[in-house]
Amino acid sequence: MHMADALVSPAVAGTMYAASTAAAAYSVKKVRNENDVKKIPLMGVMGAFVFAAQMINFTIPGTGSSGHLCGGMMLTALLGPHAGFLTMIGVLLIQCLLFADGGLLALGCNVWNMAFYGCFLGYFLVWKPLMRRQLSAGTIIAGSIIGSMLTLQMGAFSVTLETLFSGITELPFAVFAATMQPIHLAIGFVEGCITAAVLLFVYQARPGLLKGGRGEETSGRFSYKKTLGILGALALLIGGGLSLAASSNPDGLEWSIGQVTGVEELEAADYGIYAAAENIQNTTSLLPDYAFPESQSLFGTTFSGIVGAVLVLAVCIGVCCALRFFRKKRLK
Amino acid sequence: MSKIEGAVREVHRMESLAEKDQWINRIYPLVKLILTIIYIATVVSFGKYQISRLLLMGIYPIVIFVLGEISFRDALRRLRFILPLVCVAGLFNPLFDRQIFFYVGKIKVTGGMVSMATLLVKGAYSVFASYLLIATTSIEKICFSLRKMHVPAAFVTQLLLTYRYISVLLEEAGRITQAYCLRAPRQKGVHFKVWGSLTGQLLLRSIDRASQVYESMLMRGYQGEFRYVSARKCKKGDWFYLLAWLAVFAVLRLV
Repeated sequence: MHMADALVSPAVAGTMYAASTAAAAYSVKKVRNENDVKKIPLMGVMGAFVFAAQMINFTIPGTGSSGHLCGGMMLTALLGPHAGFLTMIGVLLIQCLLFADGGLLALGCNVWNMAFYGCFLGYFLVWKPLMRRQLSAGTIIAGSIIGSMLTLQMGAFSVTLETLFSGITELPFAVFAATMQPIHLAIGFVEGCITAAVLLFVYQARPGLLKGGRGEETSGRFSYKKTLGILGALALLIGGGLSLAASSNPDGLEWSIGQVTGVEELEAADYGIYAAAENIQNTTSLLPDYAFPESQSLFGTTFSGIVGAVLVLAVCIGVCCALRFFRKKRLK
Repeated sequence: MSKIEGAVREVHRMESLAEKDQWINRIYPLVKLILTIIYIATVVSFGKYQISRLLLMGIYPIVIFVLGEISFRDALRRLRFILPLVCVAGLFNPLFDRQIFFYVGKIKVTGGMVSMATLLVKGAYSVFASYLLIATTSIEKICFSLRKMHVPAAFVTQLLLTYRYISVLLEEAGRITQAYCLRAPRQKGVHFKVWGSLTGQLLLRSIDRASQVYESMLMRGYQGEFRYVSARKCKKGDWFYLLAWLAVFAVLRLV
């Protein structure tokens, strides 16, 4: 479910970065308030564990295919939502940089889709209410499976929305959502089962490691006002950020020129240095006005543009190779 | 080669690339990080039919690949991670957008084909840019840049530790799965009966290791944050490098 940079527009990426940063800042504050110096090394090593465990293939009985561990639910159950969220960001950042799994610009989206839902919603909506009732094998299985399925569904739906708002695909929203959701329902179930198996083992070996039990303090819960405040701020942020992408007005420079002169583009004078420069340009340009000479087709400009771009890139490669050649010669 | 072995090899390869003493490796890490983010943002900001102008943005990776003497083949291999999702998103464009743009011989090139090609080029360029960043800048230096951008120490420290322990735990996971495979021949993956115990053992060992790490860090004077002794300052050349590329991006995007 890692989104690539090509699937998001700058406005959507920026909005999701802002939302994820807000959640990360809140988590850092909460982790600091815990004042547990041992927690940082534990978070680091647990991040590496999730990374390593995600590489193990688990056979799905009766299918011949394999599944992987759900990192978000696992971390939130062992470290709590805030530390788990920060650890997941670290894992996603390293996956993006070292293995090109997800993009650097789309990191905000990936953090939101995988870490935020997995750690915060998975914990507060599923894991904690179940564990507060009774910490048992049954609740651990139910919490892991429901949590993984729910958070993966929300993550998949977010991918659909983010791609839609970015204007990337021509695929209708309903068709895209109908493709994404069922696949992730199955993936969520399998990942939930693997997470449940691992957490059950931990419960039997060291039950004190699991979070959300009855003995834990409740001061960390969101109040009604706080939740409304966060949702309101996010709504403003998302609305404001996405409106940038929706504008069909001329850009700032065209608007300013339009205000002063009444037209959005200025005509150059046909004498002196302007005329001489234009003459040189017309003589030397291979593709005047991004089209072949005498071409009247509007769409034809696209083709000639591609040819032009490829030519420029070829020149660029040539110049760079020449520079490298001369530099090596000089060093010899 | 198994998936885990491949991952360990990739981590070590990237580390050795980032440690090379090239001009591009010596550029201030924060400058490279900012430049990469701006480059990717510029690339994805192009419209879905603006492929000709988008192609010109290839100047940045080309220059760095060639002058920085970085293997282009390795960068191409990284496309396998992003291409499937990009293809799924773009595959339907030719079906829904059938407006004819131009002809290549007798073949009709539709708007959907152009937009899909644009999407693939965007995906490739952004992967190349990220690869160039990580191939010339170590994670330690990126963490140093993050601290310079006032990212909290708690997050940066755990990121560094995660990175440090990835290869250790990957090797451990590799040993466990290899031992399992030797005892369960002709079996694809881990059987569901041992899902919990196999991964759980690794988890408990990791937690024990975390407390040992913490104790050894305390012994070495850890007080909540790592110190970057060898961090150098941003020089005029770094500023020039940043501004020159920003000017190129602005020209390619706006003109």
